[in-house]
Amino acid sequence: MDMTQYLDLFLEEAAEHLQSFNQNLLILENNPERLDLLDEIFRSIHTLKGMSATMGYESIAQLTHQMENLLDKLRERKIILNMTIINCLFKTADFLDNMVDCVRSGETVNLSVDELKAELNSLEKGEVLLKPETRDINRSNDVYNDTEINEFESNVFIEAAKKGLSTWKLVVKIEQGCVMKGVRAFMVFRNIESIGEVIKSIPSVQDIEDEKFQQDITLYIVTESEKGVIENQIDAISEVKLETLVEIEIPKQEELGSIIETKTEKQTALATDAINAQDKKHRIHQTVRVDIGRLDILMSLVGELVINKTRLEQIHETKEMSGLNDTIEQINRITTDLQTVVQNVRMVPIEQVFNRFPRMVRDLAKDLGKEVNLILEGKETELDRTVIDEIGDPLLHLIRNSIDHGLESAQERLKAQKNAEGMLKLSAKQEGNQVVIAVEDDGRGIDAERIRKKALDVGLVTETQLAGMDEMSIMNLIFEAGFSTAQNITDVSGRGVGLDVVRSKIYSLSGQVFIETKKGQGTRIVIKLPLTLAIIQALLVKVQNEIFAIPLANIDETTSLEKQQIKYVQEQPVMVLRGKILPLVFLKEILAVPGEEAGADMYVIVVRKGEQQIGLIAEELIGQQEIVINSLGKLLTGISGLAGASILGDGRVSLILDIATLF
Amino acid sequence: MNEEMQFVAFTLGNEEYAVDILSVQEIIRSADITRVPKAPDYVRGVSNLRGNIIPIIDSHLRLNLPSKNDSSGINRIIVFRLEDSTIGMTVDSVTEVLSLDPENIEVPQVMSNIDKHFIKGIGKIDERLLIILDLQNLLEICLYQKKE
Repeated sequence: MDMTQYLDLFLEEAAEHLQSFNQNLLILENNPERLDLLDEIFRSIHTLKGMSATMGYESIAQLTHQMENLLDKLRERKIILNMTIINCLFKTADFLDNMVDCVRSGETVNLSVDELKAELNSLEKGEVLLKPETRDINRSNDVYNDTEINEFESNVFIEAAKKGLSTWKLVVKIEQGCVMKGVRAFMVFRNIESIGEVIKSIPSVQDIEDEKFQQDITLYIVTESEKGVIENQIDAISEVKLETLVEIEIPKQEELGSIIETKTEKQTALATDAINAQDKKHRIHQTVRVDIGRLDILMSLVGELVINKTRLEQIHETKEMSGLNDTIEQINRITTDLQTVVQNVRMVPIEQVFNRFPRMVRDLAKDLGKEVNLILEGKETELDRTVIDEIGDPLLHLIRNSIDHGLESAQERLKAQKNAEGMLKLSAKQEGNQVVIAVEDDGRGIDAERIRKKALDVGLVTETQLAGMDEMSIMNLIFEAGFSTAQNITDVSGRGVGLDVVRSKIYSLSGQVFIETKKGQGTRIVIKLPLTLAIIQALLVKVQNEIFAIPLANIDETTSLEKQQIKYVQEQPVMVLRGKILPLVFLKEILAVPGEEAGADMYVIVVRKGEQQIGLIAEELIGQQEIVINSLGKLLTGISGLAGASILGDGRVSLILDIATLF
Repeated sequence: MNEEMQFVAFTLGNEEYAVDILSVQEIIRSADITRVPKAPDYVRGVSNLRGNIIPIIDSHLRLNLPSKNDSSGINRIIVFRLEDSTIGMTVDSVTEVLSLDPENIEVPQVMSNIDKHFIKGIGKIDERLLIILDLQNLLEICLYQKKE
């Protein structure tokens, strides 16, 4: 039997069940007495089992079956719920998630479920499990010994060994009473880097720079130099003593070779798989569940439209113009209604995105040893489907940032007289034509001084520019590209994907993002998004013979201007608008419109890009209009300054300006 | 048995060109074209094709032929459908639909002014020579070049 037609349904429902499973398990973890939740959880898994068995995904069915057994025992109170069980269930859920992903990308599900099944089985029988951690410790006798070394680093060592370089672990001690520890440490780094490469340092470079370390620094280096050379390099620095210097043994070339090869092969295979999977994923149709009531309204509106079409035909035949006005009015009303209804159909509650986070926050907080209380507000706020799909990743990034950098550890918090548990609030609400999403924490906040310093260091701003900026604009510098530097790297955030990526994503959704922070009290990042992307209000302006559309959301005001009112400050045209200086940009120039110089009369459209105001100069304002945004197609995407195109009433195409990237 | 292939033939300046008929969606009369600032120079602009916005490529510029500057020179636009994108290309005139035996198609020699990636072969019918364009390359390289 051909199951493909049910595939979409299966995928969607599987995702839903896994989500509710995760959600309920999370609540259960926090309230272990609520055993009633077990019923819910059991139901999700049971349905999933049934579905996957019907669809022929045996491995999913087997795994869920095992889970069911365990959950059943729990329900009957035959075994007591404990952390091990919950963790195992979470792990299984992740595994199931992966399997469903495999199905989605059209691969065969060949992940082995045996291990998990065995684990579930032994839990069910009440046995104590060998935790995976113990295995790690057993393994620690061999090369990848030190727990300080992660897999990536050990790979680097192996690669180095292949090239004939040797790996050394050295511990340097900076003498007690040394005044400038940071400088000494820096010199150690400089000298070592002259003969080799520092792969890892404990404490981290950032901490060393901030002088946040005791006397010892442990370094892992890869070099071709001999032992003596390294010793000399360290001895050359005063007030620094070399404590230990050991060469790290790397296993023999041949066996290593095979290990590496299989490993890299696997990795590349995985990587290509991932790429393929992504490719395939895009082909899955996006679906929206629609309230049947909305469909009924749509149907009746279309009915009315048909009636009016017939009336138009009649008018055409009888040439009775008196009825025309009436009909046009009717059609006008119907299309407006249609537009709202269809827009509503596209709207999805932001819950879909928010629901991913509790689980993630839990895992992350555990990893980092922090206590986090996640508060979700305004889950029911609706957003356009396209926005919902895009907003997840930026939010994820911001949340990771908050937990990793923002919130302090429990001890630190108690010292600062705060609750041991950190607060992380994720809220959404509708404000007029916009949706405001905020990520808020009560952590340590961001130090404006450090931002100032960093911005100067990386050359983002000059001293004079900085002097003229208020607190708010300085804070928002962290969104600039190039601000995030490698030094921030931790396991969780700051891994090269900076806040500038968050901002450009939000910009591409025609949104805005701001940051508010108080040192010691917390940070709040606010994202403002338009309710819907497909249809916007725009102002049409004319430059020579070309018509451009400017989204109304970007426009503050318009005003007329005579040529002699334009002043020049260092060749930059400006005007004075109610006592304020407004920089001007000629649309004709920036869009390279061919034709004569503009006449004496022109119009200024005051637009807002972030906090900055700029006046765009056009020759004529045509008027405000609702326009449908179309993409420019694959060939022309990514041209800066253009957000898309729209078809005007006369069939001509007008380009929509993207204020965020125009200048 | 050699299967004959069908081509749409068109002219550009004094030369005759042909494209595989299977990639042609339709041929339209010249439409209103909106210039797109900052686009590659061979992109004439975008046009409204029954509610869809499609980019229009100037074949003269694309193929490095002497360009005809007057826009009145656009007589026809061939609309191609490649995978999931629709792209239009201006031509001087569309002559006919014709069949060619693969035997009569020659692999191109070195050409001076046209990038040879763009050419699939030279078709011969009696005394006529038809330059058969490789659309995949012609249009896909557009996509590719844009990314750089």
